[in-house]
Amino acid sequence: MKLDSQIPGGPLETKWDRHRFDLKLVNPANKRKYDIIVVGTGLAGGSACAALAELGYNVKAFCLQDSPRRAHSIAAQGGINAAKNYPNDGDSIWRLFYDTIKGGDFRAREANVYRLAQVSNLIIDHCVAQGIPFAREYGGLLANRSFGGAQVARTFYARGQTGQQLLLCCYQGMMRQAAAGQIKMFPRREVLELALVNGQARGLVVRNLITGAIESHAAHAVVLATGGYGNVFYLSTNGVGGNVGAAWRAYKKGAGFANPCFTQIHPTCIPVHGAYQSKLTLMSESLRNDGRVWVPKQPGDKRPPLEIPESERDYYLERIYPSFGNLAPRDISSRAAKRMCDEGKGVGPTGLAVYLDFSDAIGRLGRKEIESRYGNLFQMYHKIVDQDPYEVPMMIYPAVHYTMGGLWVDYNLMSTIPGLFVLGEANFSDHGANRLGASALMQGLADGYFVIPYTIGGYLAGATFPEVSASHAAFHEAEAVVQARTAKLLGIRGKRTAASFHRDLGLIMWEYVGMGRRDAGLEKARRLIRELRGEFWDNLLIPGTDKELNQNLERAGRVADFLEFAELLAIDALARRESCGGHFNEAFQYEDGESKRDDVNMCHVAVWEYAGEGQEPVFHTEPLVYENVKLAVRSYK
Amino acid sequence: MSGKSLNLTLKIWRQKGPEDKGHFETYRAENISPDASFLEMLDIVNEQLAEDGKDPIAFDHDCREGICGMCGCVVEGRPHGPDRETTLCQLHMRRFPDGATLTIEPYRARAVPVIKDLVVDRGALDFLIQAGGFVSVNTGQAPEANSLPAGRDDVERAMDAAACIGCGACVAACPNASAMLFVSAKVSHLALLPQGRPEAARRALSMVAEMDALGFGNCTNHRECEVECPKGITIGNIARLNREFFKAALGSYEQIPSTPVSPGKSKRGGE
Repeated sequence: MKLDSQIPGGPLETKWDRHRFDLKLVNPANKRKYDIIVVGTGLAGGSACAALAELGYNVKAFCLQDSPRRAHSIAAQGGINAAKNYPNDGDSIWRLFYDTIKGGDFRAREANVYRLAQVSNLIIDHCVAQGIPFAREYGGLLANRSFGGAQVARTFYARGQTGQQLLLCCYQGMMRQAAAGQIKMFPRREVLELALVNGQARGLVVRNLITGAIESHAAHAVVLATGGYGNVFYLSTNGVGGNVGAAWRAYKKGAGFANPCFTQIHPTCIPVHGAYQSKLTLMSESLRNDGRVWVPKQPGDKRPPLEIPESERDYYLERIYPSFGNLAPRDISSRAAKRMCDEGKGVGPTGLAVYLDFSDAIGRLGRKEIESRYGNLFQMYHKIVDQDPYEVPMMIYPAVHYTMGGLWVDYNLMSTIPGLFVLGEANFSDHGANRLGASALMQGLADGYFVIPYTIGGYLAGATFPEVSASHAAFHEAEAVVQARTAKLLGIRGKRTAASFHRDLGLIMWEYVGMGRRDAGLEKARRLIRELRGEFWDNLLIPGTDKELNQNLERAGRVADFLEFAELLAIDALARRESCGGHFNEAFQYEDGESKRDDVNMCHVAVWEYAGEGQEPVFHTEPLVYENVKLAVRSYK
Repeated sequence: MSGKSLNLTLKIWRQKGPEDKGHFETYRAENISPDASFLEMLDIVNEQLAEDGKDPIAFDHDCREGICGMCGCVVEGRPHGPDRETTLCQLHMRRFPDGATLTIEPYRARAVPVIKDLVVDRGALDFLIQAGGFVSVNTGQAPEANSLPAGRDDVERAMDAAACIGCGACVAACPNASAMLFVSAKVSHLALLPQGRPEAARRALSMVAEMDALGFGNCTNHRECEVECPKGITIGNIARLNREFFKAALGSYEQIPSTPVSPGKSKRGGE
């Protein structure tokens, strides 16, 4: 596997401009001769669909749900960053670039992140033009708020529903192109194989989830925007359907998988309450703008929160990180919460929670203002926990949220398979080892609106394409693989459902591959995962057939992929001999419990190549070169 | 938080496919935690059905935090169940008394046909948006974001309307199976913003015409939609849609489109 990042030379500030000039163009009249498949219709996939269709390409859009509008980007709450510097508080493209590189614990590419910061302002312009009801000041101009990991207010927001508003306008842009005939919609389809011809990605084999029919679709290029793999932990803030399927198929066909161990545990989620639980609910990080995080000073203090006097509370984030306080980045806040609970200071019925208290903010700003800022989040908390957060402090605990790892891509967002592009959370590229708040929406839309429309043209104009239709042998082979795999799953006829295997896998992952990792635990996880995988293929139960809507069969396929992928995640965690961002190995820490990076030996992207069934994956590295920022200990104190 | 566990009787609509007539079947849900969500209760019933070798109940869901709009069926005669401004995934079992019998069935509307059990085809809502629920701006064309100020109060009301999750509860609640609340939410969202004004007339005419073509009924002010909307979209939006429609029909150069975006209701369904 050859990893050529294609990063343009020259000064950082002009790399993207020069690269755009160097990329070959597809003549407007020729664009209609190219078919492009986009899988996933969240912010990255949806924006790519709209932007490519606007250029004149024929787009085929695939999603699992009944409509592109349901993709899980819709659940993003807090906001989207841009370097507009409207508040006049010292922001700039350079500062957004630097904050993102530092927030990622110096494990992202300078060139990619700088481009992200550059196009951030264009995204806001486009979103406003589409009709996104971003929060405004009374003068009618756009409002900003601050977010974790930054000391400037650069976050644009639409109440606590920013992701929803961005996605719906993106979806509306798609629907406009669907009406114009430029996008053909394939909802309720699941990718089961990728078809390669002459080494190029040329199409997909999918299952029609309504009829069960196996369908082949050919194209000149394939774009995956299928989101992250957080559901490998079973409980996460992801939608229940989130999976690693399409990315895993691509990996097995030769796409490198980068940094799978970089998983983000979000500090502010509603704590786990029962074994039947199907997902965890995020409480936006924006709440930390006004909420104060605390635990009782005395371990084992079981008094209700309102009976614990001020002097016996430990506002530990403000104490340990005085300059960032409650806005310390996610990985740091999450580990601090875990440390408090490990010391016996956790609260709530399980002892696995900390308080997020709004009483000061309500006293200062009034209940009405808090309602206008966070009303929907408070209502959501009230419904789930059955306690009124205006009266009693919220209880929160970290939960798996976002995955920084993903398929390796070059500067053009192309994987190691020619013609296979990967956007958004599904790729590994811009967030390094940890993503800052309000950066995922920015990256998804940057990739889809402002990067892929240029880079895919460069690929299409420079490659040669043999005539390929869905009746090509590559598709017949891929369909045969799919049929055999489905028959194997259905033929097990065991006693346990896919959901029960998934739950067990999640327990293994959270215990040994979660917030604090150890070599012995990771080795044990590998063994347990293999045992569980063995049992899965012996004892899986799937009711029904493959000729109908069968949600148990869908689930089984996704769990089968997770049972393989989980091991790669553990392998990557073992190979990274340092702690950084979303990867914390307890053997690598400072005395105060902070992450200890190894910039001499570990300043690289870890990329894994599939080596065949039952074989150890092959390890490659892409060195990270820092020409513009100085690697420093990431301090938020 | 947690109280005593619940035992319930469920009467659930089972329908193998669009052509099947369908019927109610009775199931028991035992030892349900009051802290479980309604969908988690269905998960538990489905696990039991699968282990007993029976076909689990098909239902749509994804985010399970009340925002994607994928879930929703009719519980005790009400879309998304008895609580106001609550999606089915956010409805918790503590809402129901121990020993209760619950009737659970899919949305029923001609334009939203059943696919299987509680799963329905809401593709018609996508066609409504295709008819004009957008601002025609291509990527790269936009002016600087602050070059066009938008009044805070208008933006707040636009946001109230834009909160629609497209779940279809309004259609299911309406005795006429009208999509007026859905359409009016989109028309209002965009009409209230300066960016949406240039196309406001065209949008109102096209979306209303599309609604008729797709087989949705008309609005006769029953207000059932407003009561059942999980996002609190008010019928004030329908009044705004009516104003926008009349303004467009009488005071603009736009015509009501004669051909709908959708392939026609007779060809719809299934896929």
